[in-house]
Amino acid sequence: MRMNRLAATMAAVLATALAAGCSGGGSSAEPAPQTTTAAAGPVKLVYWTWAPNMDKIAAAWNAKNPDIQVTVSKQAGGDDAAAKFLTAAKAGNPPDLVQAEYQMLPSFVAADAVADLSAEIASAKAEFSEGIWRMVTLGTEGVYALPQDSGPMMLYYRQDLLKKYGVEVPKTWEQYAQAARTVREKDPKVFLGTFSSKDPGAFAGLAQQAGAQWWSIAGESWKVAVDDPATRKVADYWGGLVKEGVIDDQPYFTPEWNKALNDGTLLSWPSAVWGPGVLSTNAPKGKGKWAIAPLPQWSEGENFSGFWGGSSTAVAEKSPNRAAAVKFATWLNTDPEAVGMLVSEAAIYPAVSDAGSRLGSAPEYFSNQEDFWQQATTIAATARGFTFGPNVNVAYSAWKDAFDKAVRDKSSFSSALATVQESTVADMRKSGFQLAR
Amino acid sequence: MAATTVPGRTAAPRASRAGAVVPTAILLLGALYCLLPVSWVVVAATKSKAELFSTSTFVPGTGLLSNIADLAAYRDGVFWLWLANTVLYAGGGALLSTAVSTVSGYALAKYAFPGRNLIFTVLIGGVLVPAVVLAIPQYLLFSSFGLADTYWSVLLPQILSPYGVYLARIYAAAAVPDALLEAARIDGAGHWLLMRKVALPLMLPGMVTIFLFQFTAIWNNFLLPFIMLGDDAKFPLTVGLYTLLAAGANQPALYNLIITGTLISLVPLVALFLTMQRHWRTDLAGGALKS
Repeated sequence: MRMNRLAATMAAVLATALAAGCSGGGSSAEPAPQTTTAAAGPVKLVYWTWAPNMDKIAAAWNAKNPDIQVTVSKQAGGDDAAAKFLTAAKAGNPPDLVQAEYQMLPSFVAADAVADLSAEIASAKAEFSEGIWRMVTLGTEGVYALPQDSGPMMLYYRQDLLKKYGVEVPKTWEQYAQAARTVREKDPKVFLGTFSSKDPGAFAGLAQQAGAQWWSIAGESWKVAVDDPATRKVADYWGGLVKEGVIDDQPYFTPEWNKALNDGTLLSWPSAVWGPGVLSTNAPKGKGKWAIAPLPQWSEGENFSGFWGGSSTAVAEKSPNRAAAVKFATWLNTDPEAVGMLVSEAAIYPAVSDAGSRLGSAPEYFSNQEDFWQQATTIAATARGFTFGPNVNVAYSAWKDAFDKAVRDKSSFSSALATVQESTVADMRKSGFQLAR
Repeated sequence: MAATTVPGRTAAPRASRAGAVVPTAILLLGALYCLLPVSWVVVAATKSKAELFSTSTFVPGTGLLSNIADLAAYRDGVFWLWLANTVLYAGGGALLSTAVSTVSGYALAKYAFPGRNLIFTVLIGGVLVPAVVLAIPQYLLFSSFGLADTYWSVLLPQILSPYGVYLARIYAAAAVPDALLEAARIDGAGHWLLMRKVALPLMLPGMVTIFLFQFTAIWNNFLLPFIMLGDDAKFPLTVGLYTLLAAGANQPALYNLIITGTLISLVPLVALFLTMQRHWRTDLAGGALKS
């Protein structure tokens, strides 16, 4: 009793002190932001994103919609952004709109952090391909976000150097392995490719191409199959190449990797449609020498690809302005003008189906391949994805640990995969998800 | 006898010379260990985009000015806003923290009151809890006050620094003689005057130390502002530069800008340490004379 009164007094004193402090600081610094009130004046929306120049796109919206004003707050991207959003949602002050990577969306849904928009945006479905739409419905009746960009995968290769080593652009993975051996024979300093044990996203894309389904929802329970036969095939293929030593095993996005891309000792990169941005910055010397082709296939006559990366726009469950937020998100991701700006300002590959018509001329870096975007759009149509589960971050870090070790010890990649499956299942069980057997 | 003294005489200086060489070598190694990464930042900041990953590591490049220009132009100069925010957080936070630490340290050292040892024990316990662990609970707490995502959410948690109070208490106990306080008290000085005119001038070197510690800690703090702040106009440099690093999959990290930004963010810290060093020297001298 006495403790309670003491605590109450303390809280009151603290609150007064804080209020005094705030009003004192308000004159010198910016006034503390008010919580959005839906009463008078325009609806104010806060949008967390890491896509470049999104503030300019929001400014275009704000100019035309005086009653719905969007403030863009640029965040750091990746896994940390997801953790930060989840924490903010838990504390009760999330932004109204948030950029959500497809693989993170299920964890947002599981934490009730994002709203089910199926009532509001069912009509937008027609704008997107089925594969991409599945990423935001998770294979359920709900719709948890609007797709924004996607990362269909393709093979980037050094046109001039493949010619120099007398290697054809590989059409199947078998040919890719042969080509890797040929390149090693002609010049032992050069690798056709590398296997990165730091990029589970890239591996997931290759597994999708092979037809993997890592997660699926059956009724009320989840099914996890990270080590399904398709994925095992992909793992063993790359494990074999690494063990044989015909491809390199250094991870992507390191300074060494940049250097290898730049000086022509690394000849190909199975990557996503956002590759040009990476290549032009990290390998400036390769300008006009790289080209794209569809990913090599598992058997001749097939035509599949997978997704690496891509994100969507979700609305926070706790946002008091859901209708306005949905309106903005729909405009941003489907309106021709907005999508055009996503391409030109934010440099992303939009998720809408008729993206190709808005992409214009080839990126400057690919001046040697004038039909770059036409090719990319054709490839994008062949990409198939899978439903991500609620603990992708756990699965991905287990993947990094297991494959790091497998690469170091040159041990079996499919047993590394079994470890990932085990950790993923164990974590889901621990978090209380129902698992189908 | 003579045979033993002669080698003894030559051995003594040799031993002391060897004794001086080893610590010097270790210190030099330590300096190298600390300065090598900094020198890498300095060199790398001079490299242009094309040079960064293609030229050899410690060969200076030609892009420093264009890097700075790019950084200044990035999102209409948001870097300078982040710098100003950092100065506000670190400067304001360190000043307030020093004030709080000094006053409480002085009180703990020089006044006997019930619960003094309890408070001090709790403080020692507080020193052992890393600030990182507290960031998320603090965020939830500030959210329930409606203070998350404000300048206060970053400033307030850093004001009370257990280590600062601990340091101030130790310093006050050593630097402010009881006899002096007693004499002033006999002359009719009240508590306020006593602290302002007698204790604080003596504690100045200690205060500078606490200020520098806190300033550096806040300047480099990442997790607290990262969690607390959603509005990128309130970010400090650490969080701001991180948005350039983790720029998303379809955008490569802006390494040139990050490295240049890091270099610029080092400048105020180095300048502060150089100007404040004077006070630290008095601190060391004062300590030497005390016993």
